[in-house]
Amino acid sequence: MLRERGLPVRRPQLTFATMDHSTPTRTEQVFGGAPITIEAAARQVRELEVNCADFGVELLGLRHARRGIVHIIGPELGLTQPGKTVVCGDSHTSTHGALGALAFGIGTTEVGHVLATQCLLQRKPRTLAINVSGRLAAGVTAKDLILAIIGRIGVAGGTGHVIEYRGETIAALDMDERMTVCNMSIEAGARAGMIAPDETTYAYLAGRPRAPRGEAWEMALEEWRGLATDAGARFDRQTDIDASALEPMVTYGTNPGMVIPVSGTIPQRPGDAAFAKSLAYMGFEPGRPVAEQPVDVVFVGSCTNGRLSDLRAAAALLRGRKVAPGVQMLVVPGSQEVKREAEAEGLHRVFLEAGAQWRESGCSMCLGMNGDLVAKGQYAVSTSNRNFEGRQGVGARTLLASPLTAAASAVRGRLTDPRELM
Amino acid sequence: MDPIKTLRARTVVLPVSDVDTDQIIPARFLTTTTRSGLGAHLFADWRYGSDGEPKADFVLNRPEAKGCTILVAGNNFGCGSSREHAPWALADYGFRAVVSTQIADIFRNNSLKNGLLPVIVDPAAHGWLMEHPGAQITLELETSTLTLPTGQAVRFPLEPFARYCLMNGVDELGFLLGREQQIRAFEERRPAGPPA
Ligand code: SF4
Repeated sequence: MLRERGLPVRRPQLTFATMDHSTPTRTEQVFGGAPITIEAAARQVRELEVNCADFGVELLGLRHARRGIVHIIGPELGLTQPGKTVVCGDSHTSTHGALGALAFGIGTTEVGHVLATQCLLQRKPRTLAINVSGRLAAGVTAKDLILAIIGRIGVAGGTGHVIEYRGETIAALDMDERMTVCNMSIEAGARAGMIAPDETTYAYLAGRPRAPRGEAWEMALEEWRGLATDAGARFDRQTDIDASALEPMVTYGTNPGMVIPVSGTIPQRPGDAAFAKSLAYMGFEPGRPVAEQPVDVVFVGSCTNGRLSDLRAAAALLRGRKVAPGVQMLVVPGSQEVKREAEAEGLHRVFLEAGAQWRESGCSMCLGMNGDLVAKGQYAVSTSNRNFEGRQGVGARTLLASPLTAAASAVRGRLTDPRELM
Repeated sequence: MDPIKTLRARTVVLPVSDVDTDQIIPARFLTTTTRSGLGAHLFADWRYGSDGEPKADFVLNRPEAKGCTILVAGNNFGCGSSREHAPWALADYGFRAVVSTQIADIFRNNSLKNGLLPVIVDPAAHGWLMEHPGAQITLELETSTLTLPTGQAVRFPLEPFARYCLMNGVDELGFLLGREQQIRAFEERRPAGPPA
């Protein structure tokens, strides 16, 4: 679009590029001489390199030490900051709202508008407050919380809205957990989800490579402290959630709103053809418990659950245990930095000794664009965010869950409530 | 973009709710960097069998769907991934409008930029349309109305700016570039440097 019109990137210093969706995760293809197996993916990688060089945009290329999934590295590098407007041609840009930024996904044409003008034409969205109170029980994670929220308000419940997650439970979450929650706002139809910045946010950002320093940090802090929603502000809609009542959650259908506790049974919806079609795809019958479903593949990773604390949680369950025979488990860190940190703690050894695969960072099996796929008819417990038909491969059956549930299910070879192994 | 003022066409009904953009165009077709030809992969996993042959019972493959350029889908269309390949594939296939009770925000924005009209109607009108595949309907942009063959007209939301762009074939980038002065004034007022 820019080339066609002879336009430059208006603010290259405010523009940032990485590669994640179609990049290989096998070390020999990233760092060795082995070619990227999918030709179209290799071409995409090359085109991005050329475009960034031509337009003066900073790129964290395939072999860069800080490369990773865009929604992991934005916060990790300190590029994402409170009060900023962050856009990216990917719907999970909502993740960055965890730092108190207004962050949302846009389409390719809109990316062109931003590159050319640093502007976007927008309508003011409606506001939705999700108030969460109560403590999450042991073994119940931020992932279970957001899955429960989506189950409550539905996959279109947030359409046209920006969500603010509020309340004591949210304030008590660490940044990784907040990002998991905001990440899946789009799965409830909301383009953006945000959490007010607080001391947790500032402590997370302090000292990050692209965060302000010295005097600039002090000035930024002062500005950030003024960003939180005013007390008594009115929202277009509100929903209250009691976190203390939640259990580990899992999806049983083909959208993230089809979700139940791992201890639950598949619901009945007589006369609902779409529901029946979804269950048929999943190979499930109504009224049957979902736990104990045999699984073929376990995937830990993605922009939802590919951060260090997610890997720690999975490793804690796997330590001294083995992945069940016949189960393929893939652990894919969300960024090269996460990978390095995990290796420094020896987490990779836990995974490898348990019989899981340990890969280079990327989106990987979240959408299977790079060839990391789930085979037709197989069941995958996945820490990613979408269980759409065919998302992880044609005919693949995805059960979305937390890293704890994923690891527990890998050990048992069946969908398992992680609390049974804790 | 060609201006659209009125659209009069027959509908094809896809009786599935919560159609996500992964279904509209599966990820394996996204490595293309050009948009033409994507229509061939529209709804690929529903439209073709594992042998690559069209499935006779899928709505788009039925003879009566030929020439229908308005897609009526179940509740909540276009959720999930922001891939603009979804409206590209629909438009490349020949669709000019999509009708549902709810249309996901990003998909809706993307559609408006590609001359694919996102039409949100009330459950009653939607129910009628779902039960009458092949109905000849009229979409009038000036008044934002959808007229059923029964003569009944219902309004659909279309913000004035989007309507203006669609009716006049205005491309938003041109509009933004025309605001250079205001953009520069803002940048001078708020000299946000690079984030390092
Ligand atoms: S990990 Fe999955 S959801 Fe996240 S950016 Fe990559 S493909 Fe999208």
